[in-house]
Amino acid sequence: MTPEPAPEKAQPAAAAANGSALLAAKDVSKIFGGLVAVDDVSFGIAPRSIVSIIGPNGAGKTTFFNMLTGLYKPSIGTITFERQDITGRRPDRITALGVARTFQNIRLFATMSAVENVMVGQHARMRAGMFGAILRTPAARKEERRVREHAREMLDYVGLKPAAFDQIAANLSYGDQRRVEIARALASDPRLLLLDEPTAGMNPNESARLTEFMVKLRDERDVAILLIEHDMRVVMGVSEHITVLDHGHKIAEGRPQEIREDERVIEAYLGKAAGD
Amino acid sequence: MLPAAVALTALVIFPVFRDPLDSFLGDSILALAFVVMALGLNIVVGFAGLLDLGYVAFYAFGALATGWWASDFFTGVNGERGIHIGASEFASSLPGVHLNFLLILVGAVIITAIAGAIIGLPTLRLRGDYIAIVTLAFGEIIGRIAQNGDELTLIGDYKFSNGRQSISPIDQINLPLIGEFDQATNLRPYFWMGLALVLVVLFVNFRLRDSRMGRAWIALREDEVAAASMGVPLVKTKLMAYAVGAGFGGISGAFLGAFLNSVNANQFQFGFSIFILAMVILGGLGSIWGVVIGAVLLSFVNTRFLTQLDQGIGNDVLNALGLDFTFNEVKFGVFGFILVLVMVLRPEGLLPERRRKLELTEGVGTGGESVYEARA
Repeated sequence: MTPEPAPEKAQPAAAAANGSALLAAKDVSKIFGGLVAVDDVSFGIAPRSIVSIIGPNGAGKTTFFNMLTGLYKPSIGTITFERQDITGRRPDRITALGVARTFQNIRLFATMSAVENVMVGQHARMRAGMFGAILRTPAARKEERRVREHAREMLDYVGLKPAAFDQIAANLSYGDQRRVEIARALASDPRLLLLDEPTAGMNPNESARLTEFMVKLRDERDVAILLIEHDMRVVMGVSEHITVLDHGHKIAEGRPQEIREDERVIEAYLGKAAGD
Repeated sequence: MLPAAVALTALVIFPVFRDPLDSFLGDSILALAFVVMALGLNIVVGFAGLLDLGYVAFYAFGALATGWWASDFFTGVNGERGIHIGASEFASSLPGVHLNFLLILVGAVIITAIAGAIIGLPTLRLRGDYIAIVTLAFGEIIGRIAQNGDELTLIGDYKFSNGRQSISPIDQINLPLIGEFDQATNLRPYFWMGLALVLVVLFVNFRLRDSRMGRAWIALREDEVAAASMGVPLVKTKLMAYAVGAGFGGISGAFLGAFLNSVNANQFQFGFSIFILAMVILGGLGSIWGVVIGAVLLSFVNTRFLTQLDQGIGNDVLNALGLDFTFNEVKFGVFGFILVLVMVLRPEGLLPERRRKLELTEGVGTGGESVYEARA
């Protein structure tokens, strides 16, 4: 895989079909009562790629995310990660397999420090049990030290200033909270990182830096990134492949250039008249 | 470190300066037992944020463990010769099961931890008030079963409890190397035993709080959805909180059973759960030292202050006001009043946890949307 945008239009979908995809969703639907939030969506992500899901508000993007991370169980369809069926598996299991996420409205553990937040992110990578913790065995102590150190490294990696490491998450600035949330997700050592509107509330300058950071992340840490994003500059700048959802349907997918010119996408975003 | 060492030393030698049968010493022993209970409940309510209104169930199981295994309750066992493991010389001559108190403690912890996990199971999909209702019912169920346990035969002819008739007398605590306590002549060993239990439970509390498990509990309390998404297994983490909290209740229950020298199902009332919860809230939810203070204070309010009001001028005042009740009759009203005062004047508790204080004073904190609700 090269960092360049994929050469052919249906590359990730093709990857999904031949089983080389990191994550693949096949004919996935989610129905809430009478509302079909996600309708028969198939989707694939190649390893080390950066792909986006876009769509108007209420298109089912976050619902789709929640199915990928196990918060929702798909009504129909299957989801595989590294060729394992993870459909309807518990969120913590999916995290342990290597999928991590951030939330649209930041969901840090507000009264824990930045470091503690990131330490929780490593929960699935720790082994210490009840008795190890009570007796503080050498193994438990070593692990605790390692996890704390790793948390600091991660916070440093996302660009948090050391002075903020031990601050309570709620007291951090908005941008720093976003950073901590990404560090917390990265701490679980994911193969796939799902970012739900990470640039929400950021100014263009900050958004640009986050875009650079995503590329760096992919290149340095071998992480594939799935992005939900409204900021088209970010989406078009960073994505190799874009999937467009509208009213739960997948209405288009392809490279940024193709999406930009797609009739149905313009229509979904701007309405029919404007599309003419 | 030094102040702590001085305080501990003072506590250890304090009984020596009191009469061996001093009533204040007796009340202090009760306070120590309540500290253990409150620290256990604090794990469930304070750390993991699961409101448990049925904590009395674990007192019941702990006390029953002592009743079963340190008295002649199972009279017929082993052809009326009894089963004795590590029991004192005197107890070894009695019928029934007589185990060493340390074994009873282990047994009580196992029973209550299992009971805690069982109470936890139906609450896993619930949150907030609904958890409280289920746990409340569980506490009531166990209390009722214990009260009617004299008509409940389980294996052979053996009953579950003596119901409203006490299981009594209970063996005196008999420790290896130290020997048998004797409540009738000297309360000091019970005080030291209680103090030792408090120290052990405190130690475990601190260790757990600052561990992977403790962080997972607090993460759970703060945001269940985020915690699950970060790899915290909700079911296991919640059940652990219930089991550990229950285990502490069992330790304290077993100790109280031996100290009070009887196990009476009338003690297993809903009010008891509230009493312990009030200690946790008064001291400060989630704050280990706060809970210790809350437990000691309320315990002494119960044993000393209310009793003195009752025997002193308190009831005369009530009578003069034309009120036809005594302070002891409305003691839960008094606890409730204390709780209201705390909520109005100092909602974070007397010695708040650092985090909790922040939450209340700066409006920090997140709504708890349930994962399972989201998944349904």
